[in-house]
Amino acid sequence: MDKLDINLLHEITDMQGETFEGAYNIRKNGQGIERKVTDNIRIVTKKDVSGIDIYVKENTKFEFVHIPVIITESGLNDLVYNDFYIGKNANVIIVAGCGIHNDHHKDSQHDGIHRFFLEEGAKVKYIEKHYGEGKGTGKRILNPVTEVHLKKGATLEMESTQIKGVDSTIRTTKGILEENTNFVVTEKIMTHGLQKAKTVFEVELNGKNASTKVTSRSVATQNSMQQFASKVTGNTECFGHVECDAIIKDKAKVIAIPEIIANNVEANLIHEAAIGKIAGDQLRKLMTLGLNEKEAEEAIINGFLR
Amino acid sequence: MLELKEICFTRDNKKILDHVSLSMDTDKFVVITGPNGSGKSTLVKIIMGLEKQDTGKVLFEGKDITNLSIDERAKLGIGFAFQQPVKFKGITVYDLLKMSSGKEMNKKEACDILSKVGLCAKEYVDREVNGSLSGGELKRIEIASVAVRNSKLTIFDEPEAGIDLWSFQSLIKIFEDMRKIVKGTTLIISHQERILDIADEIILMKEGKIQAKGSKEELLGQVLEKPLCCKLGGDTHNG
Repeated sequence: MDKLDINLLHEITDMQGETFEGAYNIRKNGQGIERKVTDNIRIVTKKDVSGIDIYVKENTKFEFVHIPVIITESGLNDLVYNDFYIGKNANVIIVAGCGIHNDHHKDSQHDGIHRFFLEEGAKVKYIEKHYGEGKGTGKRILNPVTEVHLKKGATLEMESTQIKGVDSTIRTTKGILEENTNFVVTEKIMTHGLQKAKTVFEVELNGKNASTKVTSRSVATQNSMQQFASKVTGNTECFGHVECDAIIKDKAKVIAIPEIIANNVEANLIHEAAIGKIAGDQLRKLMTLGLNEKEAEEAIINGFLR
Repeated sequence: MLELKEICFTRDNKKILDHVSLSMDTDKFVVITGPNGSGKSTLVKIIMGLEKQDTGKVLFEGKDITNLSIDERAKLGIGFAFQQPVKFKGITVYDLLKMSSGKEMNKKEACDILSKVGLCAKEYVDREVNGSLSGGELKRIEIASVAVRNSKLTIFDEPEAGIDLWSFQSLIKIFEDMRKIVKGTTLIISHQERILDIADEIILMKEGKIQAKGSKEELLGQVLEKPLCCKLGGDTHNG
């Protein structure tokens, strides 16, 4: 790996120096370049399609799995399938994400299809960060798909962040939840220029006491466009809460499309959506603390996207 | 330290401030009182730069600050506690106190200031300054955010407004201790007798003018004889 690769990895992960804690698989320009497994975590290359299977043994406690992807080759279209099989009562942190550096005129694209299969009582914290950079006119395109299957008592907490440099993205997240499961999603997006970002979120609450909470916070600036479409279906006694909050600036556009479907009288589903510019009283309050207007705006946005 | 010269402010053909002139000395606790719509809130907002007067001048420590922005006035040493504390998404109490102090501040220092305004610091320091906090809690955080600045002049725009009687009873003690918390000159809009009682100087406003100004001994009787509005809920733009 060269300096550019390391820098990209630092942007999208919690990399310490030039390595990762726990198991990892680094993919660069469509090829796996480094891998480490542990006693509890196996990583196996798929035979039929490009991608890996990650197996976490049951009762594995507090181990890390890092599977970052970096693209530095302009014009590359990388499609990868990664499946995670998390054993009973395991508790792990998985860090994914993709960084694209494109200095040329051809588009670079990464579509990561991630499927999570959590056995009973398993817990996963999944952190995903998307980032783009480079001086080229070629677009940096990322279309991640996350599919989550939770068995009885399993929990998955997902943090998804895209703050900078991605020209076009369609982020699809789907969940199928059984009894006593919990799926928490926190999404943060910021778009600039002519960037487009679309979020599709679909969850089916099939088991008694299944619950989901989705918080999407986004900032759309300049001429960028964002769309947030969510669909939560409650088929039994369950709880779903979707909150979409967007700050809009300049000539940006934000669309929020809520859909909640209750197929059972015990389903409790909430969707909240708010889109608006930065409140004038927030700016004025911070200015009374000595911040100028630009600093106040930055502080408000940084807090909002934290 | 503060001088207002012939301040006029008219909106919607209503004269809200009518040639108001005023001077205030250093290290005084000054209370502005008067009926709703008498121009109190507008006057203090003009001092902070939150409103712009039509005519007149504002001088702070001898310097003409009439055309300075809000943040420039803040940097000169003017602090302002809003009547309706502002809520944020994602900004914590600790973030707000750090921004207020304008310097590095560790959590212990933040907790100390929260304790001074009657909040159990550990419970609040990492909470977001959002709608999950009650009106009374937001008021205390607002007070902490201005107290931490150690401003030369600190303005409180009707701190009793918008909170329930129960919360206000516990807040009163904080205002009574204000001299210990807030250094420099304090300018506070209030209708509350207990706050008027601790003032070095009282300014009585009516219909956009200063009707009377003097020590509490000189004015307290006069002010309390007036049928002032003592409701807990305040006037806003016109107040």
